[in-house]
Amino acid sequence: MTDPSRRVRVTSPRTTATRQRRVTGTSEIDAQTDLGEVYMSSLLRSQLRLSLLVLAALGVPVAGLPLLFTVLPGLAAVHVLGMPLPWVLLAFVVYPFLLLLGWLYVRAAERNERDFTEVVERS
Amino acid sequence: MSPTYGVVAVLLVVVATLSVGAYGWRFSRTTSDFFVASRSVRPALNASAIGGEYLSAASFLGVAGLVLAFGTDMLWYPVGWTAGYLVLLVLVAAPLRRSGAYTLPDFAEARLESRSVRGISSVLVVAVGWLYLMPQFQGAGLSLGTVAGTPPWVGGLLVGAVVLVNVFFGGMRSITFVQAFQYWLKLTALLVPVMFLLLVWVGDGAASPAGGGSWATSVVSAEVHPLYTTYSIIVATFLGTMGLPHVVVRFYTNPDGRTARRTTLVVLALLGLFYVLPPVYGALGRLYAPDLVASGATDTVVLELPARMVGGIGGELLSALTAAGAFAAFLSTSSGLTIAVAGVISQDVMGRRFRGVRAFQAAAVVAVVVPLVLAVSAEGVGVARAVGLAFAVAASTFCPLLVLGIWWRRLTDVGAIAGMLVGGGLSGAAVLLTLVDGARPGWPGALISQPAAWTVPVAFATMIVVSLLTQSRLPAHVSRTMVRLHTPEAVALDRGPQPL
Repeated sequence: MTDPSRRVRVTSPRTTATRQRRVTGTSEIDAQTDLGEVYMSSLLRSQLRLSLLVLAALGVPVAGLPLLFTVLPGLAAVHVLGMPLPWVLLAFVVYPFLLLLGWLYVRAAERNERDFTEVVERS
Repeated sequence: MSPTYGVVAVLLVVVATLSVGAYGWRFSRTTSDFFVASRSVRPALNASAIGGEYLSAASFLGVAGLVLAFGTDMLWYPVGWTAGYLVLLVLVAAPLRRSGAYTLPDFAEARLESRSVRGISSVLVVAVGWLYLMPQFQGAGLSLGTVAGTPPWVGGLLVGAVVLVNVFFGGMRSITFVQAFQYWLKLTALLVPVMFLLLVWVGDGAASPAGGGSWATSVVSAEVHPLYTTYSIIVATFLGTMGLPHVVVRFYTNPDGRTARRTTLVVLALLGLFYVLPPVYGALGRLYAPDLVASGATDTVVLELPARMVGGIGGELLSALTAAGAFAAFLSTSSGLTIAVAGVISQDVMGRRFRGVRAFQAAAVVAVVVPLVLAVSAEGVGVARAVGLAFAVAASTFCPLLVLGIWWRRLTDVGAIAGMLVGGGLSGAAVLLTLVDGARPGWPGALISQPAAWTVPVAFATMIVVSLLTQSRLPAHVSRTMVRLHTPEAVALDRGPQPL
């Protein structure tokens, strides 16, 4: 450790130093540098992960229904609002559900793109 | 049903279609107007147009007919046709728009940098398009026969002629207005009568259409292997939507990738709104028109039901309204398919000497006449089922091409060709066997009549394995293409040369 009481004057070398070139993420991507590839693959990965998540949210409950009704045939005989359960789900409930998934997806995908834009346009 | 009202209704739709189209003609000047409406259609208008184009005869007539005949499992068709748009939204909507290409073959060529991939895609677009156009013309013949007692070929000819006039003079710009108008016409044509029908039904004591038996319960319909069949329908419809030529071509009319997504979201809402209605007709048909099942005319239940349930002139008028909606369905879907098929024929088949608007118009004639002749000469297999086969072929060919092309850098031209040939060959053979030969017993019958559940995985696997074996053929500019497909347009980046 140096003696804390000794003070050193710090001076700026500004006048003589060469100006640092500002490198943005967009130019890294344009030049296809390793860093540019990292920016691109992180965008692709975040968007693909989001898509697969939405597909799972679609696939598991919706595409699982035929299997569920086969395994538990009693379920298909249950009546809701005077209608058999398969009808309630497949003729009515499924459409708002699909719309909700789509809405959530569009919001999240646009957020991913905003994040990407901010990162690559920052110098 | 008295023919007068029906004929008047159909003629009104024809006149309205031509005049709305004429409004669009004034704006169609350039080749870009013809193909993609100069890429300047806003989400609300574009979503109505997509909905109008997508809701075909299969949705308007076929779904109710299938539900009437086979029961609950058939609800998977409308659910799948809507969910297909969700899959399209999350996997391809924005990248497809950002690819900047006019048609599916354009996308294939731009992504894989290969003329051969383009050639095969072109052949497949035309094949899927014609497979989808044929039941539209058959449905038109059936409907006009029901409302006016004409021979089956008259309706198809009428639809073909109106589509040609509109495509000839206005191209995509004019069709966009026509189809937006037709979505709302179709919705009205089912919504207004269904209210009267439900009133009658409640007045009659609101009996349950289930009536015992297996009709109202799931996975127990007349099919031999109901669970396999249901899942095959799910695969075909969920994944086939993105591969339909007339659906894909619409995405190029959005201004950018972000609007492409928002448009698709509005489409999801419009489709959900519409698809609640046809199953209600099917269910009421169980009570009020059970004889249609025995006579095999279930596709006409939407047209017959209002006149049967609501007596007198009111019933006649409501039936005429549904006939008008049915014709709107034939006209809009046929228009969209004709544009897509004609675009591909004029660009890829007619060669370099014929370019621009003239070539497009000549191609449109070919695009309509061939399936019209097929529709008149071939026997029908049920409108919704024939359309379902087109979905199976699209899911086995263009779905792997689009999904892997957009999300997987290592796809090669040889892999894409192999996958499309295998998927297209297997599903196409199954479709031909079904169309020519009809139903077969047992497992072979189930596998052939609903091929998607096995042909789609086989197509994906072929594309991936062959691509991995031919990594030396990776497209030279794949990184630049990925930048173009996935980055928001607002970011200033080098996206390589814009195709076209």
